[in-house]
Amino acid sequence: MARMNLLQALNSALDTAMAADERVICFGEDVGQFGGVFRATSHLRDRYGNERCFNTPLVEQGIIGFANGLAAAGFRAVAEIQFADYIFPAFDQIVNETAKFRYRSGNEFNVGGLTIRSPYGGGISGGHYHSQSPEAYFCHTPGLKVVVPSTPENAKGLLLASIRDPDPVLFFEPKRLYRAAVGDVPEEDYTAELGRAEVLREGGDVTVLAWGAQVEVVTRAAEMAAEKGIDCEVIDLRTLLPWDVETVTRSVLKTGRLVINHEAPRTAGFGAELSATVQERCFLYLESPICRVTGLDTPFPLAHEREYMPDHLKTLAAIEQTVNF
Amino acid sequence: MYAPSSVDAPRIHTPDFITESALTIPIYGMLGEDGRPYEGADPSGVAKEIVLAMHDAAVFTRLLDERMVAAQRQGRLSFYLTATGEEAATVGSAAGLEPDDMILPQYREQGALRYRGFTAAQFMDQLFATEDDLGKGRQMPVHYGSRALSYMTVSSPLATQIPQAAGYAYGQKLAGEGRCSICYFGEGAASEGDFHAALNMAAVIRCPVIFFCRNNGYAISTPVSEQYAGDGVAARGVGYGVRSIRVDGNDFLAVYLATQEARRQAVSEGVPVLIEAMTYRLGAHSTSDDPSGYRSRKEEEAWQRFDPIARIRAFMEAQGWWDAERDEALRQGYRDEILAAMKTAEAKPAPSLARLIEDVYAAPPWNLTEQYEALREQVRANPDAYPKTAGRIE
Repeated sequence: MARMNLLQALNSALDTAMAADERVICFGEDVGQFGGVFRATSHLRDRYGNERCFNTPLVEQGIIGFANGLAAAGFRAVAEIQFADYIFPAFDQIVNETAKFRYRSGNEFNVGGLTIRSPYGGGISGGHYHSQSPEAYFCHTPGLKVVVPSTPENAKGLLLASIRDPDPVLFFEPKRLYRAAVGDVPEEDYTAELGRAEVLREGGDVTVLAWGAQVEVVTRAAEMAAEKGIDCEVIDLRTLLPWDVETVTRSVLKTGRLVINHEAPRTAGFGAELSATVQERCFLYLESPICRVTGLDTPFPLAHEREYMPDHLKTLAAIEQTVNF
Repeated sequence: MYAPSSVDAPRIHTPDFITESALTIPIYGMLGEDGRPYEGADPSGVAKEIVLAMHDAAVFTRLLDERMVAAQRQGRLSFYLTATGEEAATVGSAAGLEPDDMILPQYREQGALRYRGFTAAQFMDQLFATEDDLGKGRQMPVHYGSRALSYMTVSSPLATQIPQAAGYAYGQKLAGEGRCSICYFGEGAASEGDFHAALNMAAVIRCPVIFFCRNNGYAISTPVSEQYAGDGVAARGVGYGVRSIRVDGNDFLAVYLATQEARRQAVSEGVPVLIEAMTYRLGAHSTSDDPSGYRSRKEEEAWQRFDPIARIRAFMEAQGWWDAERDEALRQGYRDEILAAMKTAEAKPAPSLARLIEDVYAAPPWNLTEQYEALREQVRANPDAYPKTAGRIE
């Protein structure tokens, strides 16, 4: 075990993956010698050479197009998009190419070796274009997997699993936690299963569901609720596509209540999908309406970031409302 | 050091702009329109068996296109897209490669696929979306693909394959097996952002890829005069630091030799190369298009004179390698084979219902499995509404 922040854990995952398999190739803007603007790829070029860890020109559609081709050639391409806000020039490559590569060819070709890493989310005074949480766009695309870690320990395991997964993965990294989240991380090679949620705290009154940086927020709200005598079950979804319906519904069948928290705007956010499916499966067991605590339906703000965020206080209020419905 | 050219460049002291026509790229050609080699052009570097094989694949492609357009008109096929007039560009370039170099097509390169050995039955299985289609009946007609023939499955979005070719070629370079990729696209697709992304990346990252532009004069109805203002596509390569050549795309020998040389440079030096083949789309864009709305018959007739197949045939006859009798035998044989293969494919069943959820992922997740179970019950309960699959649910 070593104490690592989330960035160091990601760096350890990349290092581990590259050491174990020479087909793992890391690239993106400023990823080479500089080690990425957040330093997730620090030292990798020195260790594995410029052929396996390199800078690309500043062109997101090119990076993902190139990555699709490299993955189709049998490599484990790990492409970095510097901010999730800038992933949209590559939307066509991801949605029309990455996601459909295996299907459209009848499995003659696939890009299962592809992992797209990208920092997402607010809380860093990043305004419109360094704060967005675009996961829902991609969760609407069959053929992709979407993974969001929440701690240094699961970040390493989930990234290693994503790189080795037979399907292409979008790996959204909560940049607010890059240096803020510190924990014990195994130094050895390990993976965390994709498609599995984690129950972080067991409770009988209400299920509280989140992913990424919001896991910390809802955990705090759950602790505050406990002081008021409310017993929350907290679930970290970890993989959004395909998501762990079994763990979530088992919990809601027990508690009869669900609060979903995400940073992205509410309308057509991934919370809507979760809410709909849980309602379909748990209807007769629900004691109150499923409640969403989310960002507002505005572009991500700057001066009003604190007001916009679905913070612990809003979450606590939602928990109380749900329990007292 | 950054931008050395800006440090070492000579200085001028009047604001003289380089004009847009400063670079005028010549056209590399071997055969004149009558099929005779130009003076100074030496065709001896192209072996007889290569010429015959190129001609063979081109004739097959021409006849396949004719037959399938007719089939579409008869209502037997939903859609088709001919390569008529562009056979030298696609077949000639495929002939200039090694068989396991990767081809990333746009969608009008059936000639290259045929040169690699795709059979009449394989074409028909894809066109009619039968249970034997390698693509499992998932894409519109002409979206061919074959791993065995190193021919990446066609996807409809334009230009997406161009940066992919750079990435694929980079992988080939890392693998160190002396392979390269070729990527086909039209002059219209070269307006897409992916084209520019790809050329720049391939040059900077040094990828052994041949960018092959079929400049056929039209993007559906839009002529090149409304597509670009500069000297075509080849001039752009120079700007990106990609060595570039413009060839007569209706000249099998020139296309073959240019591609062979491009391949040699790409593989031995690990760099990208751009070929712009000047050709003409003699047919419509697709069976959904009618060119009479945007170009004259006179223009089309003028280009008929440059028909690549007539030209290579004249060359072959002048060499004593070909005659009318052999030509008719070849054509009749292919007509019969194509018709028989079409009839066979038309009688084949569609892929079974289970294929619907396969290959979205390596293994179907819970949501797909659930949706499939529900669909299967729906089909079982309403067999008349789903005749393609109702009789053979797994």
